[in-house]
Amino acid sequence: MTIKFKNVYINETGTVTGPYESKGPLGKYFDLCHNDLYFGEKNWEQAEVKLIDEAIKELIRKSQVDLSNVDVLIGGDLLNQITPSNYAMSKFDKSFIGIYSACSTSTLGLILGGSLIEGGFAGKTITFTSSHNMAAEKQYRYPTEYGGPKPKTTTFTSTGGACALLSRENRGIRLESGTIGAVIDSGSKDVFNMGAAMAKAAADTIVKHLKDTGRSIDYYDLVLTGDLGIYGKEILKEYMASEYNIKLSKYNDTGVMLYDLENQPVYAGASGPACAPLVTYGYIFNKMKKGKYNKVLLAATGALMSPTMVNHKLTIPSVCHAVSLEVVS
Amino acid sequence: MKQSYQEITEKNSPKENVVTNAVIAFISGGVMGIIGQFLIDTYSSWLDIPTKEATVCMLVTLIFFSCLFTSLGFFDKWVNFCKCGLIIPITGFAHATMSAALEYRKEGLVTGIGMNMLKLSGAVIIFGVVSSFVFSLIRMVVGLI
Repeated sequence: MTIKFKNVYINETGTVTGPYESKGPLGKYFDLCHNDLYFGEKNWEQAEVKLIDEAIKELIRKSQVDLSNVDVLIGGDLLNQITPSNYAMSKFDKSFIGIYSACSTSTLGLILGGSLIEGGFAGKTITFTSSHNMAAEKQYRYPTEYGGPKPKTTTFTSTGGACALLSRENRGIRLESGTIGAVIDSGSKDVFNMGAAMAKAAADTIVKHLKDTGRSIDYYDLVLTGDLGIYGKEILKEYMASEYNIKLSKYNDTGVMLYDLENQPVYAGASGPACAPLVTYGYIFNKMKKGKYNKVLLAATGALMSPTMVNHKLTIPSVCHAVSLEVVS
Repeated sequence: MKQSYQEITEKNSPKENVVTNAVIAFISGGVMGIIGQFLIDTYSSWLDIPTKEATVCMLVTLIFFSCLFTSLGFFDKWVNFCKCGLIIPITGFAHATMSAALEYRKEGLVTGIGMNMLKLSGAVIIFGVVSSFVFSLIRMVVGLI
């Protein structure tokens, strides 16, 4: 399903990151960077709550928006019961829609927020998402101080909070359309190779988006996928060429962009719900405003992985939601 | 030519450096062995105790330092580098237990440490007990013949 938005704009964004992201190549594009992964909190979960809290406060500071004019907030994260989002929202006293779509939460949030505005149900909405490397490691993998070796295809969950303010007010970047993806099972069972689990979902959503809008891939100045990492990126390129005869030339993956892959201990690159919006809101929007890109397709991918189901020897389903972003004068 | 998704995935899965990893594990595991033997010799000559008791002292020493270094936050990097060289000896068991204890300390003494400390290393204990039972059974049967 592809929704076309006539009158929805991304007014402002807020990005907060941890030490690994700020030391990466895009470090200077983020609003707020922390040097310590605890952010002054007692545990990883509360640290992630703070990421969301600070990202929204940063957004409010930058946009000067009056929170009483914001009708609803939409957001989610990676942890059980989307705990950080719920706890962060308990301080705001605003209508809140909690969503879970793993690492594609950001684009699903944009589509939902945009739909509420387009349909006339809301004037202003804020969408947010977060992930915390240590909190995710603890829940999905091993205790954070455990140093067991990992395969090269492992991705490194990014630490960050990112949010965006949507409204009908034209401030330069338009949310042009959005495609809600289907859950795709690629048959992959390897929890240390999320790129392979998600690339098929990315291909499916991109192809459906192009079909629904009647566009060719060259319509976009840049196609961005969520967090496939080095190997997932290659899988997607080859699969698109082989299965759909589409050549991804102006293409990059946010998982590959966020870190310095040579010098940081991040294996195949970044992942996590924060990865795609951090790169997009921080770096890509900056370049769009400077005229480098005019039309960008952001396809954030999420591996809907459950450790329980993996232990049951089941495959990992994935999803991808895509949004088309345009520069308007 | 059309390739299946499976084929493309396999083609783009990097090979692990098995040989390099094995060499690193062999050397670091060997160094651990030398340290262990050195400790046994030192304890038995210093404290004037039999080798069997000195071995226990050696194990306790290795466990203590693995736990200390894990708590100080740099042992995970060593384990990550040495891989099985540090995982297979008692240091790996101590590291796995200590890292879980550290992680869940904040969730309380009973519900946190008590219930989660053996999250990773519990399997080692269970299968250690089971396999020692099986092997002692085999030994007993062989002894009867």
